[in-house]
Amino acid sequence: MLAEIGYGILVVTFIVALYSVGAAIYGERKKSPAFVESARRAMLLTWPLISLSAATLIYLLVTNHFEVSFVYEVTSREMPTYLKVTAWWGGQAGSLVFWSWLMSAFASLVTLRKWDRDREFLPWVIVVTSITTAFFLGLVIFFENPFARYWQTFDGQVVASMFAPANATAFFPQDGRGLNPLLRHPGMIIHPPMLYLGFVSFVIPYAFAMAALITGRTDDRWIRLTRRWTLWAWLFLSFGLVLGGRWAYDVLGWGGYWGWDPVEIAAFMPWLTGTAFLHSVMIQEKRGLLKHWNMILIILTYALVIFGTFLTRSGVLSSVHAFAQSAIGPAFFAFIGATFITSIALVIYRWPELRGETEMKSMLSREALFLLNNLLFMSVLVICFWGVIFPLISELVTGQKVTVGPPFYERATAPLFATLMFLMGVAPLSAWGNSTLLTLGRALWKSALAALAVTGLLFFTYTKNAIALIGFFLIAFVLFVTLIEFWRATRARMNAQNENFFTALLTLVGRNRRRYGGYVIHMSMMLMAIGILGIEVFQIQTQGTLPLDGSLKLGEYSVKYESIAQFTGPDNRQVTRAVVGVYDQKGNYLGELHPRIDYYPDAQQNMTIPGERPTLRDDLYVLLVDWQPVSANGATFKIFVNPLVNWLWIGAIIFFFGILIAAWPERESEVVPARTKRVHQPSAAD
Amino acid sequence: MKNYLRITHYALLAIGLALLFTAQRNQTALAQNPTPTDDEVNRIAHQLYCPVCENTPLDVCPTEACRQWRDLIRQQLSQGWTEDQIKQYFIDQYGVRVVGEPPRTGLNWLVYILPPAIILAGAILLFRALRAWTKPSTTAAAPRSKKEAPKDEYVARLEEELKKRK
Amino acid sequence: MTENINTAPHRGVPLWAQIIIWAFLVGLLAIVAIGLNRSQQGTVQPGDKIKDFSLPLFSGYELNGKSQFDLADHRGKVVVINFWASWCKPCEQEAANLENAWKLYEPSGEVVFLGVDYVDTEPEARAYLKKFGITFANGPDVGTKVSQLFRIKGVPETYFIDKDGVLRYVQIGPFVDKVDSQGNVVMDGVSQIQVIIDPLLK
Repeated sequence: MLAEIGYGILVVTFIVALYSVGAAIYGERKKSPAFVESARRAMLLTWPLISLSAATLIYLLVTNHFEVSFVYEVTSREMPTYLKVTAWWGGQAGSLVFWSWLMSAFASLVTLRKWDRDREFLPWVIVVTSITTAFFLGLVIFFENPFARYWQTFDGQVVASMFAPANATAFFPQDGRGLNPLLRHPGMIIHPPMLYLGFVSFVIPYAFAMAALITGRTDDRWIRLTRRWTLWAWLFLSFGLVLGGRWAYDVLGWGGYWGWDPVEIAAFMPWLTGTAFLHSVMIQEKRGLLKHWNMILIILTYALVIFGTFLTRSGVLSSVHAFAQSAIGPAFFAFIGATFITSIALVIYRWPELRGETEMKSMLSREALFLLNNLLFMSVLVICFWGVIFPLISELVTGQKVTVGPPFYERATAPLFATLMFLMGVAPLSAWGNSTLLTLGRALWKSALAALAVTGLLFFTYTKNAIALIGFFLIAFVLFVTLIEFWRATRARMNAQNENFFTALLTLVGRNRRRYGGYVIHMSMMLMAIGILGIEVFQIQTQGTLPLDGSLKLGEYSVKYESIAQFTGPDNRQVTRAVVGVYDQKGNYLGELHPRIDYYPDAQQNMTIPGERPTLRDDLYVLLVDWQPVSANGATFKIFVNPLVNWLWIGAIIFFFGILIAAWPERESEVVPARTKRVHQPSAAD
Repeated sequence: MKNYLRITHYALLAIGLALLFTAQRNQTALAQNPTPTDDEVNRIAHQLYCPVCENTPLDVCPTEACRQWRDLIRQQLSQGWTEDQIKQYFIDQYGVRVVGEPPRTGLNWLVYILPPAIILAGAILLFRALRAWTKPSTTAAAPRSKKEAPKDEYVARLEEELKKRK
Repeated sequence: MTENINTAPHRGVPLWAQIIIWAFLVGLLAIVAIGLNRSQQGTVQPGDKIKDFSLPLFSGYELNGKSQFDLADHRGKVVVINFWASWCKPCEQEAANLENAWKLYEPSGEVVFLGVDYVDTEPEARAYLKKFGITFANGPDVGTKVSQLFRIKGVPETYFIDKDGVLRYVQIGPFVDKVDSQGNVVMDGVSQIQVIIDPLLK
């Protein structure tokens, strides 16, 4: 009964969403504000409706209704309640509902704002967001229904469908299959919602861009309206990616966090275009340039969000993360085709009206360097996109399956990332409009010299590896440049306003959040780069089978196998947990680690959980690969030492604060109708 | 409910039982002479991909099938095979998808040629656009811009930006 | 600001650029469409003519003394092709059934059984064949060529090809005894194979 209610609500929501599309278009064409308002209200109705349906689904999940096929597939009796709730997005059908729920939440949020000055955008924003919501709801209703139930037909076959087939009786499985053990991890509980949030919130700037194209109001308004949305979207997407990395590091037992897997890349690609967009909109705001390019970037971002979702869910690509093969492919394909073609056609149609207002004065000006930054991000995108698509082409043309793996991506993208880092150091010092080699050189030489000194020091004390030294030089360079920027600006304020250091710093950052938030983000990126460089260049590993009290040496560590025990964990998992002692070179005891293998009987899967000893210098990562149950004295361990990797996570946390600084709503919020005086000011932030 | 499982799932499923057997097998392998270490095996396995699971390097793949392949590498090493011979054997047996990069032959060249070509084209386009944009500025914008820049240009710019916001 | 500096008339996107953009989009969509079609299509379907292929055979598991299997040599016979691997547990459930069915048809000479060992290592594969007493022809799928030809989605899968070389039936998953809700065997695995082969012999 409940399943029918949940499904019914989804169908109603689908119709409501379609109505809001129709009403918005009709209202706009007939210049009837009443219809537009009706469309807005219909749109506002979708979120409560989907919430209700989702609540039904969660209730079914939590109360062990295994006759519902989705519940059977993602939960089992042994799972704790919180996991049963998060199982909502642990399978294809549920996660599509989750997607729609987030989508309608964001669409509602944006339609709730005051629209006084932007009336003409409203109907089209509603159209774009409602179509997207309706599309995902349609996938749920017609192809991947989480409310479908099991039925047993007269010949003993068990089928899943919403309504009873002829002569069939309801079928009640005793227990469910349980959530994929890989997904039973705190990181995995937050990682998908974060990614989806990032994906969904990028739809909002896209909707505004489309509205601007359709209405022909192609000035900067759409960008100003969606600036914060874009930052938040970027925050969620970035955080989703980092959390995904952390999850992989803690759960997959690869000793790494990023495997250049097609699904990872699918989430990374919109991040690339989104990052390029964040930079290039500043040029449009400051200089009135690049209107075409910004349109293209936001469309690309949206397209990559949808395309990535399609690739991972349709079964076209095979990947460790991919959802099982699914029927949504063709519908998804049609949607992609329609949105791509419409978007491109609109841009071409409005192309003449999007021409830039000013011109560039110097190839070294900040806008020119930003363009170079965009070129680099696009280059990384090209490599990623091609790497993902090529196996498909190869299989179609030659029938040969190929793998495009980490060696390819690492080699191809490393120089691009290095150049990006260099730009991160140079661009903040170049002026808008005009810069010369001389002014730039004057601004840069101190930082470059300091960075060189640091590199020299590292050469004599830490490493002779050329790649690492180049990397460390760039990292130090950017850090110095950014710190000096902070320092100079703060001192300038201290002198001019007679403020003390902290007041000066705080006012500075507060007055120009976007710029200084951006600098904090740059610095956090450099900390993350330290971690990435560390694990990429210096990672060492060893593996060996140890008797009890035997030791394995790696780098400056020695790991001693002390004991092993088997017990049953909370959700009935069977845990085999080894205790290993960690010693340094001199034989000092540093502590113990507990690598373990968890076996999940319900899902019949193993999970290898490492024991980790994180320090700022490195991360000791011990895996229990294998053990001999009979005599309990032959266990195989694999040990990694991942130097500097923890800077990656530290950087990620600082990164988070950087975006908060940049994206936090300001007092004079843009939602408040502005006084006419402010309308013509260039921008509220840099 | 289903007797038939996808390959990947199945291979994963097999581990539980297999652990017992492999532990013993490891020992027999160790008894051989000369004995390749786990590290030597992993070094080669790391460059190969599991042929049945998608995009998983052979050294970290936990399935029973992968365990067999690692043992195969160990055996080949102890028979004196070189790294390249082992890789070639895997390519011949299981197809080119076992290596992390497509071999540089035929159509696969596209993997290596196309991205640099597109990037180069993009760079040229950008450079030309930049030159087109910067040209008129020297004639048209020059007379208008203020010639006498303040001594400390930077401080002035900063102050101006901050004032705007008050 | 100073829009008049740019005196050039407002131009649209040049035609060549439009052509490139649309061509790229169509190309991309086409590739994805074909890829999607392929992934949706599943294995080769009954009614398809199976292309000739050859497979090297394990020594001790040759067919009529030949160390290579060629499909073309067996026109006029029913060919049963079973994909398996030593690491595959469901394969073990049906191994005995396949062997027993082979024993039934071997004397007539009208049916050929072929085991295709999918991505496996030879020692383990041989141990498996020995363990289940398999006697019909078996060989490794070198380079996964044969499995790609049939576009198999997993193991075990069994394909039944009629005397004209046309695929007539595909079994996804193992041949295991069918059981009703009371636990009684409705049809055992060997009979299920017979039900498929017998009509093809007429």
